[in-house]
Amino acid sequence: MGKILLDVRDLSTKYVTRFQENVYAVDHVSLQVEEGKALGIAGESGCGKSTLALSLMGYYFPPLHYISGDIIVDGRNISRMDPDDVRRLILGREIAYIPQAAMNALNPTQKVISFIEDVIRVHDLGSSKREIYERARILFQTLGLPENVLQKYPVELSGGMKQRTVIAVAVLLSPKVLIADEPSSALDVTSQKMVIKMLMRLMEDGLVRSLIFITHELPLLYNVTDDIMVMYAGQIVEKGTAKEVVFDPLHPYAKGLMGSIIVPEEGVRGVKLTAIPGAPPNLKNPPSGCRFADRCKYVQPACRVTAVNLRELPNGRAYRCIFSEEELREAYRNG
Amino acid sequence: MADRQVCLSGTGLTKVFGFGRQKTVAVDHVDFKFYESEVVSIVGESGSGKTTLAKMLLGLLTPTEGEIYFQGQKRDISTQRKRKEYWKNIQAIFQDPFSSYNIFNKIDAVLLDCIYMRGGRRLPQAQKVALMTEACGFVNLKFEELTNKYPFELSGGQMQRLMIARIFLLKPKILIADEPTSMIDACSRATILDMLMQLRDEIGMTLIFITHDIGLAYYVSDSVYIMERGKIVEHGSADEVILNPKEAYTRRLISDVPKIYEEWDLSTV
Repeated sequence: MGKILLDVRDLSTKYVTRFQENVYAVDHVSLQVEEGKALGIAGESGCGKSTLALSLMGYYFPPLHYISGDIIVDGRNISRMDPDDVRRLILGREIAYIPQAAMNALNPTQKVISFIEDVIRVHDLGSSKREIYERARILFQTLGLPENVLQKYPVELSGGMKQRTVIAVAVLLSPKVLIADEPSSALDVTSQKMVIKMLMRLMEDGLVRSLIFITHELPLLYNVTDDIMVMYAGQIVEKGTAKEVVFDPLHPYAKGLMGSIIVPEEGVRGVKLTAIPGAPPNLKNPPSGCRFADRCKYVQPACRVTAVNLRELPNGRAYRCIFSEEELREAYRNG
Repeated sequence: MADRQVCLSGTGLTKVFGFGRQKTVAVDHVDFKFYESEVVSIVGESGSGKTTLAKMLLGLLTPTEGEIYFQGQKRDISTQRKRKEYWKNIQAIFQDPFSSYNIFNKIDAVLLDCIYMRGGRRLPQAQKVALMTEACGFVNLKFEELTNKYPFELSGGQMQRLMIARIFLLKPKILIADEPTSMIDACSRATILDMLMQLRDEIGMTLIFITHDIGLAYYVSDSVYIMERGKIVEHGSADEVILNPKEAYTRRLISDVPKIYEEWDLSTV
C-alpha cells in the first residue's frame, strides 16, 4: 500500500442561501487517496460531486461553509487553516483544482504567459520574466503542448487546447493531489481523449502524485481511475475498485447509473437504457431514512425509518443500503 | 423497406463562410436522403460542419449552393408565410437548453405558442390547459408546478424535457436534435433519449440526431452519416458503419469513445 496523500475524515460542508437556509451538500464523507492512484467520483447532477471537490481544498468562501471533519494532506491538517494560508501554501502546491468550466478559467485579457506569471508570483517562486518563461516552456514541452500557446490569448485557442492549457497551469507547481472536475464534459470525443491522455501522462511522469477525477461518464471513469466512489445526495453510497463498481455494483443507485452507459460496442443496440425515475431529494431537509428510497425499485418500509450507515465489506468495498450483499444480488438476478 | 418515402433530401448542398483568403467551406457538396420515420445520425468532431448542415435544413442559413427537397418538392421558404409553414413540419432541439428559451416569456407562453402554431388559437381555455398538461405529462413534468414559472427556474434536464413537450404539441414531420444530451448528465440522458424515441413511435416523425458521440449514434439510429471537414465520408445502416467502418476517420471516431468491454487505446491521439 502506498503512502496516503489525502485523508479525508467525516467531512461535512453546507451552503447557506440568501434566506439563511442550510443546504447540506456534503454529508460525512470519508475518503483516502494513495500516492500514484486515481480516485473517481461518480453521480448525477446535483448530488454533491462538485461541492465535494471544492470542499476538499479546504478553501471555503460564502455561500460554502465548513461544518466538521478533517482534511489531511500529506500529514498536514488543513481543514481549520486560515483561508489566506490555504491559498498561499496549499492551493497549487499541495492540491490543485481544475474547475468544471475550465474553458472559462483563463483571463481573456491576458496572454497565457502573463497568467502563468501571476500564478507563480502569488506563490513567491522565481520573479524574473525570463525564469518564468523558461519554466513554462519546459512544462509545455513535457506535456506536448506547442510553445506558441504561451504567447496567445485564450480566444485564439480551441476548446480542447484551452482545457489542456488550464491543466498545465494547474500542475505548474507539481501538486500532490490534482482534482479534475468534469475536465472533458464540454469537449468532443477526440479532444476528450487528448485531455485524458494528458492526465494519465501527468501521473506517469510524477508531475502530480495522485488524482481525483469527477465525472458522470462511467466509461471514462472506468478507463482512468483505480477506485470509484458513487455519491448520492451528498453521501457516499458505494465505494470499490473501478472494475467492481462498473461490472458488479451493489447499491441500487450505482446499479441504475450503470444502466445508463452507452458505448459503441456490439450488443448495445436494442438494449433498453434503464433511466432512474425522479430527481435527487432536496438537501435543505434531506429525508431521515435512506435518501434514495423514493427512487429505489427495491424499497421497503424499513428503508425510510432511520439513516442507513455505510457498510464496510472485508474486501475493502463499501455500500450504503439496508440489504445484505446476498439479498441485493438476489434482487438483481430477479430483475 | 422498399416502399418507404423520402422525407427530406439534399443534393450538392454547400455552405461557404467568408470569401477570398478568409473562405471557409463549412459544408462541401453534401448529398443525403432521409426517409420517413427513420432515425438518422450525423456524426463528426467539432468543426466538421454538422451544425451548419442542421441550420441549413432548418432554413436558418441559406445554402451557398445546392438544393433541399422536402417531401419530393423543392423547398420554398422565400416568404415569411412559407417559412412558418415549413417550420410546422420541421423543428429542432438544441444543445444548450439554457439559451433556447426567451427569458421574458413564461412557460405557459412557450407552450401556448405551439398550440397557436397548430391553429388552436380559438380553443377554449380549459382545452388549452388540457393540451399543455398532456404534453408536460408526456415528459414527466407537472404542468401545475410549471405554470407561471420562467424557464430559467428549471434545471437543465427539465428545460430539455420541456423542449420535448413543445415538440409533442407541435407534432412535426421532422425533428432535428443537435447534441440534445451533451449538456446533461448520463442519467438524464437515458430519460431524454427514451422520450425522443417514444415520441418518434407515437407521431411517426423523422428524427435527425447530430452528435459527436458515436456510441449514442449507434444506440439510437437506423442509419448513420459520418462527416469530416464538411464532407460526408461514409454512410449506411448503423450496424454497417459502426461494426464494419471503412473510413479511417470513422475508425478513429469509434476508437476515441471510452469503452468498458474492450481496451481503450490512448495512443491514437
